Amino acid sequence: MTDTNETRPQMPLGLAQRGYSGVIQHLSAKDAGSALSDIELESRLIELGFVEGARVEVLHEGLVGRDPIAVRVDNITIAVRRREAMAIIVA
Amino acid sequence: METPLLHLALVGTPNSGKTSLFNALTGSRQKVANYPGVTVERKEGFFVTPLGRQVSVVDLPGTYSLRGRSPDEEITRDFVLGKASGETVPDLVLCVADSTNLRLTIRLLLELKRTGRPMVLVLNMFDIASRRGINVDAERLAKELGVPVVTSIAVRKGGTADLLTLTDEISARLAAEPQENSWRALSVAELRATQREADRIIADCVSLPSRPDTWTARIDAVVLHPVAGLLVLALILFVMFQAVFAWAQPLMQLLNSGFDALGEFVHASLPAGLLQSFLQNGVISGVGSVIVFLPQIIIIFLFILLLEDFGYMARAAFLMDRIMGGAGLHGRAFIPLLSSFACAIPGIMATRVIDNKRDRLTTILIAPLMTCSARIPVYTLIISAFIPARDVWGFINLQGLVMFGLYAAGIISALLVSFLIKFFMLRDYAPAPFMLELPDYKMPRPKSIAIGVYTRAKMFLHRAGTTIFSMMVLIWFLASFPQPPLGATEPAIDFSLAAIIGKALAPLLSPVGFNWQIAVALIPGMAAREVAVAALGTVYAIEGGKEAAEQIGQVLATKWSLATALSMLAWYIFAPQCASTLAVIRRETGSWTWMAVTFSYMLVLAYAASLVTYNVAVALGAG
Ligand SMILES: Nc1nc2c(ncn2[C@@H]2O[C@H](COP(=O)(O)OP(=O)(O)OP(=O)(O)O)[C@@H](O)[C@H]2O)c(=O)[nH]1
Ligand SMILES: [Mg+2]
Repeated sequence: MTDTNETRPQMPLGLAQRGYSGVIQHLSAKDAGSALSDIELESRLIELGFVEGARVEVLHEGLVGRDPIAVRVDNITIAVRRREAMAIIVA
Repeated sequence: METPLLHLALVGTPNSGKTSLFNALTGSRQKVANYPGVTVERKEGFFVTPLGRQVSVVDLPGTYSLRGRSPDEEITRDFVLGKASGETVPDLVLCVADSTNLRLTIRLLLELKRTGRPMVLVLNMFDIASRRGINVDAERLAKELGVPVVTSIAVRKGGTADLLTLTDEISARLAAEPQENSWRALSVAELRATQREADRIIADCVSLPSRPDTWTARIDAVVLHPVAGLLVLALILFVMFQAVFAWAQPLMQLLNSGFDALGEFVHASLPAGLLQSFLQNGVISGVGSVIVFLPQIIIIFLFILLLEDFGYMARAAFLMDRIMGGAGLHGRAFIPLLSSFACAIPGIMATRVIDNKRDRLTTILIAPLMTCSARIPVYTLIISAFIPARDVWGFINLQGLVMFGLYAAGIISALLVSFLIKFFMLRDYAPAPFMLELPDYKMPRPKSIAIGVYTRAKMFLHRAGTTIFSMMVLIWFLASFPQPPLGATEPAIDFSLAAIIGKALAPLLSPVGFNWQIAVALIPGMAAREVAVAALGTVYAIEGGKEAAEQIGQVLATKWSLATALSMLAWYIFAPQCASTLAVIRRETGSWTWMAVTFSYMLVLAYAASLVTYNVAVALGAG
């Protein structure tokens, strides 16, 4: 896989600030600590369009713990909790 | 000509316009709204194609895959795979896509193809796509996907013409040869591969201008702002409850005087006797006292429908997610709970979108605590009789403020109950994920709002004409028979069955300040909350004697103490006074136990709340 943005380090989307924009590198469900099983979480994320190469942007954050976040994935907006977003590795 | 019925199924990602299409094709009025997860049941409808083919079409809940993660998605999966008992598999699957957002639907379509069912891709919402300058090469798309592609605008007249023509063409050459169903749940790797494939096809066939919906972005900048967003939400709710009270008043007074005049007319034109009493006290005072609340019901539904159509509901769920999470609720519980302001029944049904069983159960248990529209008559009646209509701080109507307080009490107690459930029963609770698509805002369409309001108003009147009317006949009968012995000096009602029953129950309810008239009214009030108002109307009308054509509110103001009135309000925040809600809980949880649990906990809360309210009020001198 070619990194689209070599200067930026990889990080989980769950740690991204509002206004962050990047490209999904890979999914890593086991790092998320979600209540869902790894397979289930990964399937759901893919079903909502979080696949490698998709462009994401953090549009909004909630008040409590800046959670959940509203993420633009290509041309739709998805609300997710940071906990689940930890499975999405971006750069 | 004996052609068999053609079976169509509408499948697609949530909020892609399946139900709109269903309504356009069949002329139905199923619920449409701008958030994912509106449809939670399958609905069948019929139409005839331009060439005269009889068609049955089934609307299904939206889904992102055939995995069936939640009860609503299971319905879709089972129907498409022909697993649902007694169902025929569809002859043709219409895969409905939101044309502005094809990625997820194309992936779903690639998965659906494995079921071997003949399929059509319907590019719906094509008006929005064209407006945004999205260009779809439909021909190429059809070739790449191997299924016919057609565009549609479900909400515009004639917007489904192409689809109808295509249905005729296809039905003429639908092969009888059964296709192999090779579907099985996709592995993660397959899922990823299908999404890649979908993205590749889209890159080839669709040109997207990088012009996102700027309106949505602008509105969201405020509405989803961590602080401003919550203020906006609070403001919306506040205005809604003020409006329910303040805007409806003139119309309600008009209706009220109308029923009074009607009562007078019946009184004057019929000879004194049972028939006169039945019509005046049973029908007009009873049913009329509920119908006057129609304007308020219309206003609350108007607000909810506008918010739903605009696309605000999903935003509210976003804002409330963590706050509700603190009380142990799933983020997706918000929309069912907000719908419960209209009526707990659709609210409880809407919990089908919640995948986690325990989260769903918690939401079902607390949904009846949300102030449904059937409580409005009870609240309004008591508030207008006992709370002075003056302004606080110059602009807030005090009566509206009390109404708002009652709504708030419902919400807060629901959160508390949920918190307790989480604390005591579900110790090992892990927060379920919240993932929700936030759709672009859409301008609410006046026609669909009008239809929505009309349907709800009709339902309310229908209930007034059936449930409430039959309960009124019962109450009138109980309150009129047996007739007093000749020469009796006490009011006639004291000899009636109603008085006997009411007085037998009164000792149970006197600690909370209820008199025997309330006790009687609460029994038919089990059928539906607003019946209690009607029952009070009838009981007091009969007690007041034949001449008293007073409004029920004025009667209450003289007969009840303020403490009793407040206690009654507290009772109605909690009391499980709705048979249909209990029946739906039993159906949706599949267990009598949970129905009994709901009933008991609400009854206990109601009694406790009334007890405290009454005694505190008496101690403060309101007895
Ligand atoms: N402009 C436009 N709006 C549409 C069209 N079709 C549907 N809508 C709107 O899109 C929203 C969603 O429509 P629904 O019919 O409820 O969608 P659904 O697919 O049944 O949604 P779920 O039941 O939640 O899966 C509503 O606000 C509709 O008014 C269309 O062709 N053009
Ligand atoms: Mg629908």
